[in-house]
Amino acid sequence: MTQSKPLAVRFLKATELDTRMLGMVGALALISIGFHLLSGGLFLTPRNLWNLSVQSSSVAIMATGMMLVIVTRSIDLSIGSMLGFIGMIMGVTQTDFLPRLLGFENPATWAVSLAIGLSLGVVLGGLQGFVVAYLGVPSFIVTLGGLLVWRGAAWWVTSGQTIAPLDSRFRLMGGGPEGSIGADWSWVTGALACFAVILLLANGRIRRRKFLFPLRPLTAEIFLGAAACALIVGAIAIVNAYPWPVGSVRRFAEANGLSLPAGGLFIAHGIAIPVLIAISVGVTMTFFATRTRFGRYVYAIGGNPEAAVLAGIDTRWIIVKVFMLMGFLAAVSGAISIARLDAATNSEGTLAELLVIAAAVIGGTSLAGGAGTIAGSMLGAVLMQSLQSGMVLLGVDTPLQSIAVGAVLVIAAWLDAAHRRRRA
Amino acid sequence: MGRFAAVLLIGTALLLSSSAGATAKGRIIGVSWSNFQEERWKTDEAAMKAAIAAAGDKYVAADAQSSAQKQLTDIENLIGQGANVLIVLAQDSAAIGPAVQKAIDEGVPVIGYDRLIENPRAFYITFDNKEVGRMQARGVLAVAPTGNYAFIKGSAADPNADFLFAGQVDILKPAIDAGKIKTVGEAYTDGWLPANAQRNMEQILTKNDNKVDAVVASNDGTAGGAIAALAAQGMAGTIPVSGQDGDHAALNRIALGTQTLSVWKDARELGKKAAEIATLLADGKAVSEIGGVIKFSGGPKRVEMNSLFLSPITITRNNLDVAINAGWIKKDEVCQGVKSGAVKVCD
Repeated sequence: MTQSKPLAVRFLKATELDTRMLGMVGALALISIGFHLLSGGLFLTPRNLWNLSVQSSSVAIMATGMMLVIVTRSIDLSIGSMLGFIGMIMGVTQTDFLPRLLGFENPATWAVSLAIGLSLGVVLGGLQGFVVAYLGVPSFIVTLGGLLVWRGAAWWVTSGQTIAPLDSRFRLMGGGPEGSIGADWSWVTGALACFAVILLLANGRIRRRKFLFPLRPLTAEIFLGAAACALIVGAIAIVNAYPWPVGSVRRFAEANGLSLPAGGLFIAHGIAIPVLIAISVGVTMTFFATRTRFGRYVYAIGGNPEAAVLAGIDTRWIIVKVFMLMGFLAAVSGAISIARLDAATNSEGTLAELLVIAAAVIGGTSLAGGAGTIAGSMLGAVLMQSLQSGMVLLGVDTPLQSIAVGAVLVIAAWLDAAHRRRRA
Repeated sequence: MGRFAAVLLIGTALLLSSSAGATAKGRIIGVSWSNFQEERWKTDEAAMKAAIAAAGDKYVAADAQSSAQKQLTDIENLIGQGANVLIVLAQDSAAIGPAVQKAIDEGVPVIGYDRLIENPRAFYITFDNKEVGRMQARGVLAVAPTGNYAFIKGSAADPNADFLFAGQVDILKPAIDAGKIKTVGEAYTDGWLPANAQRNMEQILTKNDNKVDAVVASNDGTAGGAIAALAAQGMAGTIPVSGQDGDHAALNRIALGTQTLSVWKDARELGKKAAEIATLLADGKAVSEIGGVIKFSGGPKRVEMNSLFLSPITITRNNLDVAINAGWIKKDEVCQGVKSGAVKVCD
């Protein structure tokens, strides 16, 4: 059977790449090229791609957690509201509560605010997880309640007032010229990432040999490594090709007593800090999901809850942990969103839960539980953001944007179902 | 059946006792609120209560919690409680129609508060939203008489967003027709969310390679989003940005110089005025005795109604003291992070 297929297909099979994921990458490429042509060459520019990466990071981070929640056959509708509430708390902490103790612009302010936000995320998530797992209330209901409760709480913190501006160090988490790591560090990060990929491939090969698992052909391994490194280098080159805007360069020069050369100064943005956070979350979550006992249990519960219990897994505690993780990630996203907006508003994160669920589903997470990947969910978030941002570039108004995103969601779910049926 | 009769009896008893109270101690002013989710309405309520208490009347209220359904029963209940006049902040200006008609049929005057209720016998009091748009455009135009303009509009689902935009275009049209002003971006902000305004502004900047000379944002939340996008391009404070509402964060931005103006509708003025008109109407005074009343028929159904439009105030860095003196915001909130010597009010 395999012999009759063309060489390219056989090679692709040998790399063991997920065809579904490749399909998504293809869709993303199609969308990008389409927008690029329609917008007269505006979409595939370093600037727009850099913007897109920052715009996607908040939803992508939460999508990784949502993937795990959905895999356990639960749902979390509360994260948008939770993001808003935690954002408000972090905002008040750094503009009102801490300045009274430490003074304005204290170097510790950002860290303390963030720590408080993250802890709160774990506590709130854990609370919902507890009610779901130990009190046996369906997660849909618990988190629907959460959606109302946390949104109300976000309003209540300041009676609806917007908190702004935020601490200048905290703001770096939102990106912008200062909130990026610059060209040199971006190359360092890229080199490290490339090295890590090669190390992982080598390690995987060694382990497969040790356990007598079938090996990938060496050519496939080399191809994978080279492709990954090329992608990384390409991405770094793109973010380094986006220079600081003139205004920021001027201010930077003034602050440092530099005289500006006639042609201006080229300072590259490099990777934005929120994107770096999102990538770290993605890598960590992939590790959790695929390399730890916790991850195995999560998939086991999703695949067959009864069997998981009979196998001796403490399913309830695992579910609490999944919700804690979700709360933590909502707090991370909250920090990024308020830092990016330079303001904490009580409406922050409204409808974010739906975008996140949509991202996870477009990314191949099955609502029936048991199946889904971190990378897919994050890619789903990027895909949706590309659609939205691209339509704004074309001047398509919001009602039509919603229609398009909704249609894509349903089509993606349908394609996914068809794909699964064919494989089964 | 027995329970129903009991409720009916108690209800009648309440009705009788409360209307008896009304004639003895003064008028009862019923207020039906659409919701208290936004900070705004609590401010209105406090002002209204104070004015009603000052006139020696009684304030009764119901909160519809954003449900048009609940508001219908709320209004019936308020009439049941013996209200001599109703002030209604409609959740849904169309769905409220039958309840308002019923009140008017029972001889209870109705004041449509801030949101239009199209009934020829109702009274309509609000700030002039189109005028707000005009004021925003005037303020921006004064700073940038020519150049590329971006419009960050409100939510597409809110009719006020279009009133505002219409007002903005009113002022800018001559300059647009003369070719002095070019519209380089125009986007609705879904749900008025600042984060959406930020994304739209980022895309407008990308599309025009930062060649934007002015931003007409429809309220302070969307202005905040647009300014965050400008800040990422090092442009915050270099081009004019409008706003509306007098949000504390926005007034601080005005002092810092990143926002040009905020059109401020003093909600307390609206609350107070509505209470005063309610008192007059409850006494059966003619509408003509109220100063400033005009005939308005600019609603979707073109119904002609007696209306009072209050004019908002444009707040710029030159008159920030207006908001401070009115007790709307504290001076140190306005001036947080402002360098000394930059703004008169803060020194």
